[in-house]
Amino acid sequence: MAENLVQRHKATTRIWHWLNAIALTVLLMSGLMIFNAHPRLYWGEYGSREDRAWLEIDDTRTTGFVKIGSTTLETTGVLGLSLGADDKVRRVAFPGWATIPTRYNLGAARRWHFAFAWLFALALTGFMAASLLNGHIRQHLHIRKAEWAVGNIWRDIKNHARLRFDAHNAGTYNILQKFSYVGVIFLLLPLMIFTGLAMSPAMNAALPWLHDIFAGRQSARSIHFICAALLSIFVLVHLVMVFLSGPINGIRSMVTGNVRQASQRDSTGVES
Amino acid sequence: MKNDRDIIGRRALLRGATLGGSALILSGCDALNESDMFRSALRTAETLNQVAHRSLMDRAALAPEFPASDISPVFKTNGSLTGTSDEYLAHVGNKFADWTLRIDGMVANPMNVSLETLRAMPSRTQITRHDCVEGWSAIAKWQGTPLRLLLQQAGLSARAKYIVFHCADSYGAQPYYESIDLIDAFHPQTILAWGMNGEMLPVKYGAPVRLRVERQLGYKQAKYVMRIEATDDLTKFHGGKGGYWEDVGDYEWYAGI
Repeated sequence: MAENLVQRHKATTRIWHWLNAIALTVLLMSGLMIFNAHPRLYWGEYGSREDRAWLEIDDTRTTGFVKIGSTTLETTGVLGLSLGADDKVRRVAFPGWATIPTRYNLGAARRWHFAFAWLFALALTGFMAASLLNGHIRQHLHIRKAEWAVGNIWRDIKNHARLRFDAHNAGTYNILQKFSYVGVIFLLLPLMIFTGLAMSPAMNAALPWLHDIFAGRQSARSIHFICAALLSIFVLVHLVMVFLSGPINGIRSMVTGNVRQASQRDSTGVES
Repeated sequence: MKNDRDIIGRRALLRGATLGGSALILSGCDALNESDMFRSALRTAETLNQVAHRSLMDRAALAPEFPASDISPVFKTNGSLTGTSDEYLAHVGNKFADWTLRIDGMVANPMNVSLETLRAMPSRTQITRHDCVEGWSAIAKWQGTPLRLLLQQAGLSARAKYIVFHCADSYGAQPYYESIDLIDAFHPQTILAWGMNGEMLPVKYGAPVRLRVERQLGYKQAKYVMRIEATDDLTKFHGGKGGYWEDVGDYEWYAGI
């Protein structure tokens, strides 16, 4: 069987993918440093040390813990209390290895965060516009009626559970891929931008509806944090999937745009 | 140091697994963070934020105001809890009876305004949210004199660009100060608050007057304001960045985010 190269990813998709990977990494790590300045989350408009938090990361000087509602989890060594590179105990929510900068510096972390937020927002807007024009959304992300069928979704879940990823190289996305990519691109990433803007006191004056739709600034901050956590989970699963479905081919396709296919027929027997 | 390791114990070893990947990113980012060129590049984005806000937003757009039921049960105290100068402490003893607010710099008529005079002027009452740079928020009702009325009375020079607030609190030898541009100085919600939640402004919240500039973060809301100075150049004050935290903590001067 002859090997052939098939174009998988458009140039705009590839450029955006890597810009977004850089931006999200910096935004997450600088965001964790900003969170360390006040590692408590609230619902509603206001919330401070004087009010009840639904999530908090803190320490007892000898142990670190995360408290969600009334449940406390000990997280010594990672969250709340951790060792710095100098082997000294640091009483911070997220450890130095997860933050930019490594040491507590709110001013610097904010500067990193807001600079890369521009890269993130402009790149996402550009990618969305390009994908609308070049057919990427219509051809690859649009979920067709037949794909919503329970049988199709169930078949894809079974394929994933059996680690059968033949279809991954067929030039189309399966339904679980579509769900996660559409959810990330059109829901989680825009939510990060809008909840971020809703935390700005100046933006609250300019666009009052923004913090209204999230039911308050502290709610927006909580949603910002939850979406960041969901995006982190997505990235982890994404990396595992790339690894399981053939990392060389996967990474090559996101760099050069092409995938190598062993056969001209994909797993469903359809001519590609 | 051995002690510290003992406290955390073996779980700290967990960090080893994640350390490898992030160490590379981090040492790079920390190095960039120390680079002047990179810092000034990041600062460009900061300017972009200010320009975007100022050009997209109506100059008089109001910060959200809230119903009385939204007032924080306890408004978190933060920063200095009292002024520190001898002069200030004497005023506290005297219940601010002889206290005057000095208004000078680039104004036609420098003046001293007593608390009584200030309170007799037209005032504005607003229930607004105080947003700390750290991430928390608290809501209170503020009553005070619109700053623009005082600036108009003093005859602000057409060449003035900034209003500097000199405060009676300090961190060590460094006095607190802040500054805002004229867009915020003339904004309808920018007041010198002398009342909080229906009472005289308490000392721990900045008595006798504090600034409320509602479209910016908490560190701009200078407490214990003693003197207001109009200027066209912020670099001549203290560290030159226009405010205590801007000088010391490297916070942004424009704190709209």
